[in-house]
Amino acid sequence: MMAASKKMLDQEPSEIELLLPFHAAGTLNARDARRVDEALASDPELARQYAVIREEYAETIHLNESLGAPSARAMAKLFAAIDGEPVRKPSVSVNLSARVSEFFASLSPRTLAWSASLGAVALLLQAGLIGAVLVKNQTASYQTASLSTNEPVTRDLAAGTPVRALVRFAPNARVADITALLDRYQASIVDGGKGGMFRLQFGDKAMSKDEIAGLMSKLQNEKIVSLAVATP
Amino acid sequence: MQVLYGRHHVRVFRFGLRLVRDEQVAEDLISEVFLDVWRQAGKFEGRSAVTTWLLAITRFKALSALRRRKDVGLDDETANAIEDTSDDPEVVVQKKDTSVALRKCLTSLSPEHREIVDLVYYHEKSVEEVAEIVGIPENTVKTRLFYARKKLAELLKAAGIERGWP
Repeated sequence: MMAASKKMLDQEPSEIELLLPFHAAGTLNARDARRVDEALASDPELARQYAVIREEYAETIHLNESLGAPSARAMAKLFAAIDGEPVRKPSVSVNLSARVSEFFASLSPRTLAWSASLGAVALLLQAGLIGAVLVKNQTASYQTASLSTNEPVTRDLAAGTPVRALVRFAPNARVADITALLDRYQASIVDGGKGGMFRLQFGDKAMSKDEIAGLMSKLQNEKIVSLAVATP
Repeated sequence: MQVLYGRHHVRVFRFGLRLVRDEQVAEDLISEVFLDVWRQAGKFEGRSAVTTWLLAITRFKALSALRRRKDVGLDDETANAIEDTSDDPEVVVQKKDTSVALRKCLTSLSPEHREIVDLVYYHEKSVEEVAEIVGIPENTVKTRLFYARKKLAELLKAAGIERGWP
């Protein structure tokens, strides 16, 4: 059988090779995901390429997460523009409400799948802990633009900021394993389920760069963790 | 609208920022995108995810903004020249830090390659969704990403970093 990966650079990529990035991001349908898994298991060269892709995937997330958030100026400008729009007829407003409802009803299948399964169960189990930690840690270290009209959106990167990371658990991770891991790392889920990624917070103290790197490396070696990326 | 804005504005901002590379312009884009959403809510048919719709509008607005700015073109050469403001490849090599080099090279990709990498890896869009956002056939989505990755590998190689592929 011909290997799924192509050794020659000037050759066209195989179909499986083209699917690898989407497999890493978890956006393939079940049939294609199975095909890629089977090819990965039998082709070491393809597996090597997949490892490179996972690295690219992690760094792309890291890069985008480091871009920060917009200031409140954008929101103020938007709502000033909306205020300046012609008054809508009631029927149109009702229609808009219905459309907004549809927006949320039409979230991506992957988001829904994760949120509905692992995310939902894990978050429920952690609800008490998360609530306590969130309340305890509400020291203006994070602010969303949507709730502020005057202040720019900033993240406090001062020394006291606890470490946070985006973590994806392995598909076969059990809830018990996840809660045990959270306990072991003194971690809590502060945001969950989006695209299968969970934002975890570790303890309530800041760490040095080396400590964070060590923590990420340790996490990455956990059987039930498929990806761990520190975020600002 | 506030809920919709609160939920999606950061992703819209980041996607726009990666395309236009200017925070002020990216912030202006957000207002324009959500104002369009406000005006066109009736046209949303719910056949695709909200984020797919939002990112498609953002992309259209970003490209329009880039066209308006005469100093920023869409060709690789111009994009690379503009981006080349931080460490040069030699400095990156000195740092011996693959992650830093990777991120540096990710920002050095052409706009077409950047957007496809971001849509697949960061925004976690499927082949079909990327095709809808970018307005290209599904097969082109897959091959464009492959060649974006190949370009990334070339940039890394030029910076002295070999990763075993290609």
